Amino acid sequence: MAMEVTQVLLNAQSVDGTVRKHAEETLKQFQEQNITGFLLSLSGELASDEKPVDSRKLAGLILKNALDAKEQHRKFELVQRWLSLDVSVKTQIKTCLLQTLCSPVPDARSTASQVIAKVAGIELPQKQWPELIGSLLSNIHQVPAHVKQATLETLGYLCEEVSPDVIDQDEVNKILTAVVQGMNASEGNNDVRLAATRSLYNALGFAQANFTNDMERDYIMRVVCEATLSPELKIRQAAFECLVSISSTYYEKLAPYIQDIFNITAKAVKEDEEPVALQAIEFWSSICDEEIDILEEYGGEFTADSDVPCFYFIKQALPALVPMLLETLLKQEEDQDQDEGAWNLSMAGGTCLGLVARTVGDDIVPLVMPFIEENITKPDWRQREAATYAFGSILEGPSPDKLTPIVNVALNFMLAALTKDPNNHVKDTTAWTLGRIFEFLHGSTMETPIITQENCQQIITVLLQSMKDAPNVAEKACGALYFLAQGYEDVGSSSPLTPYFQEIVQSLLTVTHREDAGESRLRTSAYETLNEVVRCSTDETAPMVLQLVPVIMMELHQTLEAQKLASDEREKQNELQGLLCGCLQVIIQKLGASEPTKYVFMQHADQIMNLFLRVFACRSATVHEEAMLAIGALAYAAGPDFAKYMPEFYKYLEMGLQNFEEYQVCAVTVGVVGDICRALEDKILPYCDGIMTQLLKDLSSNQLHRSVKPPIFSCFGDISLAIGENFEKYLMYAMPMLQSAAELSAHTSGADDELIEYTNLLRNGILEAYSGIFQGFKNSPKTQLLIPYAPHILQFLDSLYMEKDMDDVVMKTAIGLLGDLADTLGGNAGALIQQSLSSRDFLNECLSSEDHFIKESAEWAKLAISRAISV
Amino acid sequence: MAPHDLRRPFKRPAISDQQKRRDLSLLRQAQSRRDAQHQARCLASTVLSFPTQNSEPVPEPQAVEEIELVPEPEPIYEESEPEQQAIDIDVRQASKLRGAEARRWFAKQLMLPEWMIDLPDRLDQDWYIFARPAGKRCFVVSSNGVTVSRLRNGSLLHRFPSALPNGAKTKDISRSAQSYCILDCIFHELDQTYYVIDMVCWAGISFYECTAEFRFFWLNNKLVETRACEAPSVFHKFRFSLVPVYNCDKEGFHIAYTGAVPYEKDGLLFYNKHAHYQTGNTPLALVWKDENCSKYVIDTDSKGHVPHQQQVVLELQDDGKLTASDDPPVVFGCLNGDFIQKTGLHSGYLLRFTVNEGGLRFVDGKLEKADLQYLGKANRARAFADSFSKIMFQYMARYSPLTVEHLLASISSSNEQENGTRDLEMSG
Repeated sequence: MAMEVTQVLLNAQSVDGTVRKHAEETLKQFQEQNITGFLLSLSGELASDEKPVDSRKLAGLILKNALDAKEQHRKFELVQRWLSLDVSVKTQIKTCLLQTLCSPVPDARSTASQVIAKVAGIELPQKQWPELIGSLLSNIHQVPAHVKQATLETLGYLCEEVSPDVIDQDEVNKILTAVVQGMNASEGNNDVRLAATRSLYNALGFAQANFTNDMERDYIMRVVCEATLSPELKIRQAAFECLVSISSTYYEKLAPYIQDIFNITAKAVKEDEEPVALQAIEFWSSICDEEIDILEEYGGEFTADSDVPCFYFIKQALPALVPMLLETLLKQEEDQDQDEGAWNLSMAGGTCLGLVARTVGDDIVPLVMPFIEENITKPDWRQREAATYAFGSILEGPSPDKLTPIVNVALNFMLAALTKDPNNHVKDTTAWTLGRIFEFLHGSTMETPIITQENCQQIITVLLQSMKDAPNVAEKACGALYFLAQGYEDVGSSSPLTPYFQEIVQSLLTVTHREDAGESRLRTSAYETLNEVVRCSTDETAPMVLQLVPVIMMELHQTLEAQKLASDEREKQNELQGLLCGCLQVIIQKLGASEPTKYVFMQHADQIMNLFLRVFACRSATVHEEAMLAIGALAYAAGPDFAKYMPEFYKYLEMGLQNFEEYQVCAVTVGVVGDICRALEDKILPYCDGIMTQLLKDLSSNQLHRSVKPPIFSCFGDISLAIGENFEKYLMYAMPMLQSAAELSAHTSGADDELIEYTNLLRNGILEAYSGIFQGFKNSPKTQLLIPYAPHILQFLDSLYMEKDMDDVVMKTAIGLLGDLADTLGGNAGALIQQSLSSRDFLNECLSSEDHFIKESAEWAKLAISRAISV
Repeated sequence: MAPHDLRRPFKRPAISDQQKRRDLSLLRQAQSRRDAQHQARCLASTVLSFPTQNSEPVPEPQAVEEIELVPEPEPIYEESEPEQQAIDIDVRQASKLRGAEARRWFAKQLMLPEWMIDLPDRLDQDWYIFARPAGKRCFVVSSNGVTVSRLRNGSLLHRFPSALPNGAKTKDISRSAQSYCILDCIFHELDQTYYVIDMVCWAGISFYECTAEFRFFWLNNKLVETRACEAPSVFHKFRFSLVPVYNCDKEGFHIAYTGAVPYEKDGLLFYNKHAHYQTGNTPLALVWKDENCSKYVIDTDSKGHVPHQQQVVLELQDDGKLTASDDPPVVFGCLNGDFIQKTGLHSGYLLRFTVNEGGLRFVDGKLEKADLQYLGKANRARAFADSFSKIMFQYMARYSPLTVEHLLASISSSNEQENGTRDLEMSG
């Protein structure tokens, strides 16, 4: 069945476009017409040492892509296709793959490794290919080093591909033994040692049991630490990567090794080449991540039942760690602030310093202050920048009590530096530091304000002035202004920014028009700041926000008028439209929140809606999402008046709901349907057939990102609440879907945190749907239609209660639903509720909850149930 | 296996503004959903607290009867505008009302039968009939351990303990503290009894959207269970009683019209079986009376005498038009601006007129002209103008009444028609 494909594969890599296209077409046809023959031919090509390396590589790549895909639904199809193939065919392909591992051609071996891992990813969970690991391990003992190297690499990919629970501990032990032996200093071949080290990185997740065994753990740690001293850079780098991974996976096992690791990392940071030094710094950043999480988890109080204790590694290492990190700050690169992709020692060191400050708080301040004082006035820009960056880095973590006196002294210096320092880097970091000051030390919760009536004007003048500086500096100045405004978020009816409001808005608009506003994200930053300034504005400045409406509308209008743009210009135009729609969204939400401004704003509503509709004519997901969000805000503000836009808007709403690929657009559109339901109430009825059809399709689709499904269920509730008993005709479709989703989400046994979180979102959506439906039918003569669904819902609530893994939101929604069911069904529900296993316990638990929302819902449920039972 | 990317965000805020916009939208949507849900839940659970919150005694107006012209005090000046608002709020918001506003709101909550000025189709098939007790039409609300009755104009009649669900502060724990009832009653002075003619809410369940057939069925079952029909006691100050309701066939009509009842009859009420409880004037409930079943066929004045000429109460509109209380309003005439200015009248005033010799003239069933003479402002306790059907019934009562024979004829003829149809079907 196999066919000669060498030439086609080579042609598919031809520089000649026509030849290439033809070859691709041939391959596609082959695949479609005869998948078995296709896969056999490719595996034969890959395995044959007589074939050119290029055709072998491509054959392997196509094989790999025939087994896996990024999109979930496509991946599922491919898995099913492979599983349905004839066993003898699969055996033949797998034999070819394993055989390729022995090839003298490195690229062929490496490609085969990856394909084997993909097949293993499909078959091992199905308990197929049981002999795989055994035959790989037998390779390890073969003499040619390249076979050993390829086998270790395969084991690494395999560990990346399959989940630890599908491999027996016995086999895990053998894999780890082989891998760690391969890493050992006694292994003479560097390729083998590197492959083993990289494999260990992936295999670490399998080593839970081995890490609880002191001897095995000591052995693994010793081998990893030794590998960090290898003469080969790549091995050192890979070994440090293993340490980084161990720091998060096995944090609680690190205590005996931490001193040695500090010495190793300190040496690497000081002396080793950058790729290695960066990993060494990353180790400490990762430890900070762990300790920040742990300390957050138990809010400063360590209790016996906390999962993982904090070992305060950072606190202990502090006196040595901080000087090491400060040292790195002086190793800046010339243009790092203009280079988006830059990542170097000083950046990694500064970032780590910031994490250290968050981990230890006040303790870091005395260790950093001397460095700042010594360097901040030095003639070398590197020293001034490093000092400023150190200062900016430690502003999050230490208490305001500790920082405020220092900031009060530093503020004037910073403002002066931002205006006068000759160096772009220093100004960039200074503006960033000012932003951090405002972010963490300015706001209504601060006891001593750092911004006063005296210095406010100066601060604003400097920031607005800096917005005319180089794009990277201007962008940071915008950021500082953003946090300055945010600090006045809940200032009350009168904001200290009011006198400067007009000037700030004007300056930001001017920035957006700068010719170089496309650099350093400047335009985006200016609009974001404008948004925040509007969000945090008070009634005093409402007239000025109102004046902004026609200005932004005009900008949006102009982008829509531009014709026939080149594709990169169109992309920029789309980005700008997105920003403008975002800005309008913020303005609408602001003005819509109070009656008088809403009234005035609504005079623009027709024109704005018209603009949004034109925006939908452009093909860009971000723009659609932004316009959709803005329309949601408009619907919320307009209320029933929004009905007049529906005839024209509806098709875009439908398009949004059909947008599986850009699921954010779909998700946002689902939210907007909810907004419109609440705005139009029963006037949405004429559109409900279409909307419900789309929502039901979305739910049935396995292409749509799963995160959109919970909001779709909630949206059912919104619709029912809006149209009441008219929801009747959708019951026969919606209820079975809710029912089967409920069954799926009732139990989470064996799920990881992420899945439990998702399951709770799903549960909440389902419960909100039921609540909306029951409330929608209340007082209607058709409530009896819901009676048949009640037993299942009560069962669902029972199982949620039994499962004991609801989060607070689900608990609140669940107990509320119990009330809604009782409220709508009245006497009909009374008996059912009394029969249900745990309603009473659940209710009592919620009634005594400390969460206000749960308690409130529980009280409502109690009332409704007692009414239902008393009938 | 290449090394892994370890870049971290550098000099960047952790969250993008776009994400913030998304999050804030989601937050607003979640909040709105909570509000909508909350509002829906409150629809039922609010009337509860109402009577206690509005417990301040309202000066009782002098015997305000539903049907009589007597007495006719001054109109309520401030009423017209706030009344507009009162229409727009619903049960859930009524709980927040106090005093005069509460009265205005309750004044709008009763279903008001039209007067029978012509005969509805299928009277014997689709309608109930019962003898209306003479007395004060009122809303009776029981909740939080107290029962309150309010008259048609919204003013307080009694505040008392009753055996209705949650109508008294008893130790009866089987009853939920939150359940409540709203009944449509007529208070009969002679035997101090509330005759329940309809049920609006029972034990917290709303019956507004239920058919009369269902409401009467439920009422008959539930009221007796509560022992509210038993003799008065400490926790039950007034007796409640059911009114016997019949199908409006020949037999039912006969019993309702001539049969003995423990109360003084004041005409007959006809309720369409399929109609929901609808506040305000409705043609799906009708009242009819003649001398045999009511003492008050023709309106009397404050001294109990039938005036020489028919008197009507109409509402003055912005444009000087005089309208009956129907929606849409029926225009009976117009006052000219000079007169309005001279007399200091304002739109919204309720005004009393006599119908002069010219009477009411009709063209194609539509009112063409009314010969009216201004008497003065109407009684202050009046909440509404007369309805068109009332004016017409009174007019007809004086000149060519709709008689019991007409009614009987309609009931028998529709019987025959029905039979005829059935025959036809069988042969077909």
